[in-house]
Amino acid sequence: MQQPNKLTPFFENINFERDDNTMVINFGPQHPSAHGQLRLILELEGEKVVKANPDIGYLHRGVEKMAENMMYNEFLPTTDRLDYIASTANNYAYAAAVEKLIGVEVPRRAQVIRTMLLELNRIISHLFFVATHALDVGAMSVFLYAFREREFAMDLMEDYCGARLTHSSIRIGGVPLDLPDNWIGDMISFCDKVEYELEHTYNALLEENRIWKMRLEDVGVLSAEDALSWGCSGVMLRGSGVKYDIRKEEPYELYGELDFDIPVSDRCDSYGRYRLYMEEMKQSIRIIRQLIPMYKDTTPELMANAPEYISAPKEQIMTQNYSLMQHFVLVTQGMRPPKGEVYVPTESPKGELGFYIKSEGEPYAYRLKVRAPSFYHTGLLQEILVGTYIADVVTIIGSTNIVFGEVDR
Amino acid sequence: MRKYTPKDNVQKKSYHTDRFWTAPHVPQESVKTGTHFEDVVNVLGDLAKEAFVSLGQLVVCIDATKNKEVLTLLRDECGYVQCSELSAVDYLAKDGEFEIFYQLLNISEASRMRVRCRIKEGEAIESITSVFKSANFAEREMFDMFGIYVNNHPYLKRILMPEDWQGHPLLKTYPLQGDEFASWYEVDKIFGKEYRDIIGPENRDPSRIDQNDTKRFSRVGYEVPFGAEPTDTPTPIEYSETVLVDYNKDSGKELSHRK
Amino acid sequence: MAQHQVNYASTAGLPIALTSVDKLVNWGRSNSLWPLTYGLACCAIEMMATGASRYDFDRFGTIFRASPRQADVMILAGTLSKKHAEFARRLYDQMSEPKWVISMGSCANTGGMFNTYATVQGVDRIVPVDIYLPGCAPRPETLQYALMMLQKKIRRESADMKKNQKQNLRLI
Repeated sequence: MQQPNKLTPFFENINFERDDNTMVINFGPQHPSAHGQLRLILELEGEKVVKANPDIGYLHRGVEKMAENMMYNEFLPTTDRLDYIASTANNYAYAAAVEKLIGVEVPRRAQVIRTMLLELNRIISHLFFVATHALDVGAMSVFLYAFREREFAMDLMEDYCGARLTHSSIRIGGVPLDLPDNWIGDMISFCDKVEYELEHTYNALLEENRIWKMRLEDVGVLSAEDALSWGCSGVMLRGSGVKYDIRKEEPYELYGELDFDIPVSDRCDSYGRYRLYMEEMKQSIRIIRQLIPMYKDTTPELMANAPEYISAPKEQIMTQNYSLMQHFVLVTQGMRPPKGEVYVPTESPKGELGFYIKSEGEPYAYRLKVRAPSFYHTGLLQEILVGTYIADVVTIIGSTNIVFGEVDR
Repeated sequence: MRKYTPKDNVQKKSYHTDRFWTAPHVPQESVKTGTHFEDVVNVLGDLAKEAFVSLGQLVVCIDATKNKEVLTLLRDECGYVQCSELSAVDYLAKDGEFEIFYQLLNISEASRMRVRCRIKEGEAIESITSVFKSANFAEREMFDMFGIYVNNHPYLKRILMPEDWQGHPLLKTYPLQGDEFASWYEVDKIFGKEYRDIIGPENRDPSRIDQNDTKRFSRVGYEVPFGAEPTDTPTPIEYSETVLVDYNKDSGKELSHRK
Repeated sequence: MAQHQVNYASTAGLPIALTSVDKLVNWGRSNSLWPLTYGLACCAIEMMATGASRYDFDRFGTIFRASPRQADVMILAGTLSKKHAEFARRLYDQMSEPKWVISMGSCANTGGMFNTYATVQGVDRIVPVDIYLPGCAPRPETLQYALMMLQKKIRRESADMKKNQKQNLRLI
């Protein structure tokens, strides 16, 4: 029996004196599959997994507690770091929750820009999914191709807001910046490029690939009742046949006016989910193409007009005295939303991302809970990994598309 | 005399509030007849102590001992098949109670509702894992963060904090930067208590300036080794010297723009 | 091996490599640094982007290795939480000499924006760090620059590891 000491504490002594045949291995918090800090304690019988216990919390940073100590605007860059692959999606979910709590309406141009950024982030996130999933399964060159496209998308985000990864590109009440001059032209060429590549590179490399299909078909089968019960959302739910997309069912921003389809798969396995991610990228491009002509019909207002909660635009602050005073108070003391609670679900690339905010009228939120899709997908791993081979464990983890910034917050 | 800081809520508070200012409330409407929400409220009957519609979602307040019954009814009869979220809010400073909420989703009607209940400090709540499996992880997190025990949970252990952590972080009495146990946790765990003096306490002050920071700040292009005095001679990045070819001789290529 | 004995007190701790054997060894070590994949949070994505198509990390001779026994440099990218700290230290101990550590991003340098109960305020409380890399998340070019700085640092060292002074925690 191993003596526990400072560097080998109690967890290493689990099940050392067991009589049955199962081997306990630790799929440690540091492993080369690119998903972050997941620790799975797997009990194996031969190569089949008998029990899987996900251990999370290795990236817990206390984000929810930070929200209780920071003003609403101050907290926005922290939301970037939740789902750090598609940061704008988290910014938007938080801003939407606060805007619903306050009751402001965002001007039209800001809505157009927000929707474009959200769809661009969806493409970024799905490209990352393809890259890392393929890397885990073994198709390593897809990683390089997908990152090439992703770099162009990140160039676009950098041209807009200055940051490649943690954008903070959406503020409470609108967007802070207008689109730069060449952005729309670059966006159109990006859309063309991704459409071409989806058709010719990813489809050619992966879709009808024998090895890919053998690795992914019937792996990670998730029935619809299980998916609903485990709190799955997004592609996990649509991959099991449940046709539910928050953009269509509870539309926000401009999704009610746009024309796009929701791909649904009946296959319930990883291959179906992979195909859904590919299709969703195509639909995102379709949405962006519809948004581009909508931009020039809008008036150039970018932030909502609610002086009690949101600062005036910069030109007014620099010239009008009361705007300056109000801006000062909002920045130093923070805005005070009404008392009450709100929960706003949005469709982030990973699933249903929602923020539950409970406010007591203070400038600091009384309670902020992040409903992270990856948290529930990680819980799902307890059930879905049982009975699979150890090689499939990696495939399933990749297919659930979890990102640990969200899981652990 | 130092300023009085209340110990039951050590989170940050606004430094100034107008004396006569009262906060407005988020608008609440009553449940309208003929809507889906009214059917839900009728199904629940007596179990719902209070029901109203707030920002498009039905909010129902129930008794904490009946949470499993209510949620089973909602799942089987009203079609709320998914529990999107469940967590607690710490009202110990104000009322001595926790407020636990369950956020539910109805797929066919695309409607959401919230079920709220209150428990006192020290009470436990019944697990709803048999009703919604998503509560497995969510209740573990609630236990970890608030210390609320959940009866009949299959595996009630700490999930986000380490197993041997003391304290429940999201309580209002827990400071953001952690208490004494938290600040020495990693040193004690890895090296032992003896190394507390060697490693030193954490630097939690974001505006701390070292004596050398002004001189040695951001010397990009003029880097010197650690401990050495800063100089004015630039330190160019070069290829290492090899015996055969000197790659540094013909360098001078510069990238001017990105694409 | 003729090695010049250097009086460290007079040169303010600057190790000086003087012989050609040192130069050869340092050329080998610096031009084939194999990093340990230690991506923790958002900076890991930028590290992957550095290793990907546009900013190729492979041209520095680096190959990302998963096992600490085969790695030279540990690039700690992202927030180190207190739960994870002991694993970081354990992996650092499992690496064989010579080893270096690059701390990438604000969270690894000082705890970053997460001034909370669950974050280690700076990875240098746990492992001795050679290069600190600021940014949130630092651009891939910054990581490349840091690697080049590390290569410069390695070339300055002597081949005998005992002579190289690390900044702190060397005794651990």
